[in-house]
Parts: sequence; structure tokens; C-alpha cells
Amino acid sequence: MVDMAASEEKTGVPAGLWTRCEICEHMIYEKELAESLHVCPECGHHRRVAARTRITQLVDPDTFEEFAADLRATDPLNFKDRIPYPERIAREQEKTGEKDAIIVGKAFIRGRAVVLGVMNPAFIMASMGAVVGEKVTRAIEKAIDENLPLVLVTASGGARMQEGMISLVQMAKTSSALARLDDAGGLYVVVATDPTTAGVAASFASLGDVIIAEPKAMIGFAGPRVIANTINAELPEGFQTAEFMLEHGFVDRIVPRADLRRELARIIDFCGK
Amino acid sequence: MTDVLTAKMPTKSAPKADQVSFLEFEKPLQRIQHDIAEMEREARESGTDLTADIRQQRTRFRTTMRRLYSNLTPWETVMVARHPKRPLTTDYLKTVFRDFCELHGDRTFADDRAMITGFARVGGHKVMVIGHNKGKDIKERMECNFGCAHPEGYRKALLKMRMAEKYGLPVVCLIDTQGAYPGLGSEERGIAQAIAVNLMEMSRLKTPIISVVIGEGGSGGALGIGVADRVALFQNSFYSVISPEGCAAILWKTAEKRKHAAEALKLTAKELTKLDLVDDIIPEPMGGAHREPETTAANLEKYLNTTLDTLKRSRLDTLVNRRATRLRNLGNFFEDPGETEKQAKPKHPRKSTSRSSRLNTGPARPRTASA
Ligand SMILES: [Zn+2]
Repeated sequence: MVDMAASEEKTGVPAGLWTRCEICEHMIYEKELAESLHVCPECGHHRRVAARTRITQLVDPDTFEEFAADLRATDPLNFKDRIPYPERIAREQEKTGEKDAIIVGKAFIRGRAVVLGVMNPAFIMASMGAVVGEKVTRAIEKAIDENLPLVLVTASGGARMQEGMISLVQMAKTSSALARLDDAGGLYVVVATDPTTAGVAASFASLGDVIIAEPKAMIGFAGPRVIANTINAELPEGFQTAEFMLEHGFVDRIVPRADLRRELARIIDFCGK
Repeated sequence: MTDVLTAKMPTKSAPKADQVSFLEFEKPLQRIQHDIAEMEREARESGTDLTADIRQQRTRFRTTMRRLYSNLTPWETVMVARHPKRPLTTDYLKTVFRDFCELHGDRTFADDRAMITGFARVGGHKVMVIGHNKGKDIKERMECNFGCAHPEGYRKALLKMRMAEKYGLPVVCLIDTQGAYPGLGSEERGIAQAIAVNLMEMSRLKTPIISVVIGEGGSGGALGIGVADRVALFQNSFYSVISPEGCAAILWKTAEKRKHAAEALKLTAKELTKLDLVDDIIPEPMGGAHREPETTAANLEKYLNTTLDTLKRSRLDTLVNRRATRLRNLGNFFEDPGETEKQAKPKHPRKSTSRSSRLNTGPARPRTASA
């Protein structure tokens, strides 16, 4: 589990016509932001984007057919921290307009049919509970059944603590489904976006046949604060970034957002899917 | 280990089983133990016969222990599971298993001492045993990072499991870790990828797997050797998505709320059985595994032997299919529009009859995750 509370606050939708880049503080006109796919035109910072926005950016216009759209979280543990879990879910649904932290569906990317899943960092930091686990699994099964390439755009703070061990075992559930996709000879491409961490990093986000990452995306297992405490020192510059993961052999390609459609189509073509 | 109060132990006459550190909630036991020691000293020094009084105090000790232990809170369970004297994998390798033949190394980077692997015999079975090693003394604990494994530990575990698959040996995993090691080297060498690959490969490993949480089942580091046909917890062990301290720090913004967190996370064997995540609970002696290690070992041996008997009766493809189906159905959710907690019970996902649910069960073969 990575505590993303601090960065979560930054992802709130800006109210005005202008928004400030979190990295270079450049003021960006809202309209310009949509055109640049939420990448800062000044410094190239890849901002986090809501899942619906991401889908619009990635797929051919009007081709996205969502499935498993009504899946919603139960409260298996009767969990209450500062607020009861069902209330937390209701608040997040209200805030994001989504039912949980991932959207899955079928779509076309440059004319190639795919099964696409996109995680939503705005929904409890896209933490994985039973709903995310089930929707990822159904996406995998759809890819197997219809012999389509699977593309998962990952972003997550990790397991959803409010579902306790049920959230942890979703790692095994999704990884097991991917074993079946692998056995069936299916193609699976991961697009790791900021932040892909903890339980999601240690399951389906690390199991792609091809793993693409967005520039500077945070990718890692343990929380940086936890690691800094363990080693009792500051973390080196660039630690747990997409570039760090590429350097150490865990990412195939770093692809800027503007090139994602082209790159995905290319990889699908190479794999003959 | 702030919760452990080390008792001043009388060296000679104390009952053997009580030569352990007392936990915070065991203070009443510590006081009785102290009283007994005082009486024994007095009897020795003054020659007074205090046998009856001492016997009475011993009875009181046992009834108090029964009272405390028959109703452990989740946080107390966590403390017992982490008890510094609790039997470890290395103990069970001597008491439960016979003829242990350690196999070191991941053939790529190193031999992670936090993960011990090798051939062994248990009951009438030859097995591959895989276990977290927390270390007995401070030197060993430093060497094995207190049972927190690096990627090479998980890769070593998988390598030995594949060998077990090849030679038809069942795999027995003993889980006892706070979690995977959170450090620079661990991230550099891909701890997330190492765990993910284990989850995927264990889900289709063509040999029986039993996983037993013997102490701490800490998050992904535990699950990384936890995918199995049978998952068991020792009575006073726990299994959790995050440590109670970590959960408290994130959700309540203070580690002080760890007792609340332990309660809320439903991390005990009993709670996890109710949630259908655990198959079996292995009993511990009154007062915890560490008070009677021999009894604890006997219980584990019996469990492993009978469970291996059962699992070996299944055809391998049936076994692997059942494992995958079970993983497939983990977790409940609402699906119908308008369905709420009050109106309907959450349901298990439907069993699909599509191609995807017909699980591939070809012969064992070396695997790469390529399409
Ligand atoms: Zn900028």
C-alpha cells in the first residue's frame, strides 16, 4: 500500500479556465490542456487524467463499448475508519461520476479491435478491491473469448485496505486469469501511468507481454517514505520512475502520451493480432 | 518489539513452558509467575513448606491463561503471532520435516536468506518446502532481514517450485513475514515483478500446493508464496493486506490506532474463515505456539500429512482447474442496477461457460510470459 493522500489532493479538477502545471508552475489554458492530452506544453509533464478522458484520448471516436459497468463495491468487512466504507464509496462516486476505480470495454485503436481497461486515479487512488479485480478478470476473459489483444492502462496506489484480505487476493485472481490468457496465446500490453504501485504493480501491471510506461510515471512496489525509513537515507533522484524501471529492465518502452495510439497499433501489428 | 516485557525469570524451578517473554496483555500471568518465584525462593531460604500455595498459584496461572487466550482480541493475536519465541520455519524444518536438504540460490543473483527452500520429508510424503526465515538470533535476523525477502527470494522459491513440478513433489509453503523487503535493491531488482510472476505461475503449477501462515502473513510478501490448493492459518497467526500499524497511519493518520486497525482489517484466522479466504485453522496449545513447541509441531505435521494424502488423490488437471476456479471466484460485488446492501446479498460471480473458463491443462512445460 502506498499512501497517496498527499498527491491525491493535487488531482482535483481545477475550477477556473486556467490551471497551473504542478511541476513547472506554467499557467495552462484549459482548452489547450485538452488538446495537449493533459501534457504540460512547457515542461512535458504528463498529468494524471480521469479514465473517461484517457479513453477518449486512446480510442477511435465513438468506438468504446463499456461492459461490466454496473459492478459496485459491497462492504465485506463492515469497515469504518474515519467514515464508513459505503459512505466513502458514495462520496467517490459522487466526486468522479464513476462506480469504481476502473472502466473496461471493447474499442478500436487505429482500426484494431482491442479489449481496453483504464484505471481511474481519481477514485480512492485507483485502489484495487473486489470490483477492480473482477472487472480486470472479465476484461481478460473477454480478450480470451474473442481472441482480442488486451490493453490495460494502470494507475493505482495499491490494494484497497477497506476490503482487507479480499483486496489482497485480487492480485492472485487477476494474475491467475492472465495465466489463462497466456495459455491461450493472447497478447497483453500494459500502459503503466502515474502512479502504478504496490498490489497492482505486484500483479497484473507487471505481467504484460509488452510493458509501456508514460514518461516520469511513478512505478514501484513499496512506498517511498517506507523505503526512506528502512534505509534511513534520502532516496536517489529518479528512484521508482518509468525511466528507473526501464534502466533496470522492467519496462520495454517509454512512450509519450501523444504517441500511445500509434505505438499500441504498432505492437498489435507485430504480434499479428 | 515494544510490547514484549521480558520477565525476570527464576532460573531453576519455573515450569519450562513459562520460560518465555510476556506480552503486554499477559501482565496478570507475569504477576502470578513472579509470585510463584517469590514463594519458591522463600520456601528455599526459610525451609517453610509452601507446596500447596505454589500449586494453587500454578492452577491460577493456567486458568488465567485460559481466560486470556480463549478470547484474544485481533491486536493481541498480532502480538502472539509476532512473539519473539514463536516457532519459525527453521524450527519446523527440524521438528515437522525430516531429511531436509536445502537448495540455495536463485541461479541469477543471490541466495536470499529470508527464504529457505529445499527437499524434505513429512509424514509419508516427499515435498519441496519453501518458507520465510525470520532468524533466531540477532546475527541471523540481520542476515535474513527479519524475514523480509528480496526479489531473489521469490525467484528462488519459484525456481524450486518448478523443480517440484518436474519431479512430482507437492509444495509446502510456510508463510511468516512482515512483507517483502522495502529497500533500494529490492526495487531495482523488481520486487513487484517477482511477486507478480509467482502469483501467475503458482496459479498454474501442476503439483499440489499447501500454504500455511505460521506467524505473520504480511501482504504481497506473504501472498508471493501463498497461492495454493489449501490455505491454512495457525490459530494465533494472522494474514493481512497491510500491517495494523501501516493501516492506522494511513487511514487514521496515527499509528496509535493500530488496535482499531487490527480489529477493522479482519485479519484473524477465524474472521478469514468466515470470509471464505482460509480453508483450515491449525490449533495451537493454550497460551500460544511458543509455550509448547512440540505440540505445535505435531499439529502441523498431522495437518500436512492428512492434507497431502487428500490432495494427492486428485488428478493434477482437476487440482489445477479447481485452484484456478477458486481464484476466479474470489470477492463479492453488486451487479444489478439499484441493488444495495439492504436489498440483496452480494453474490459470487457467475460461473461462465465460455472458452475462458475452460482452463488449459496441458503437460508441464517451461514457461515464458510471451504471446
Ligand atoms: Zn509544466
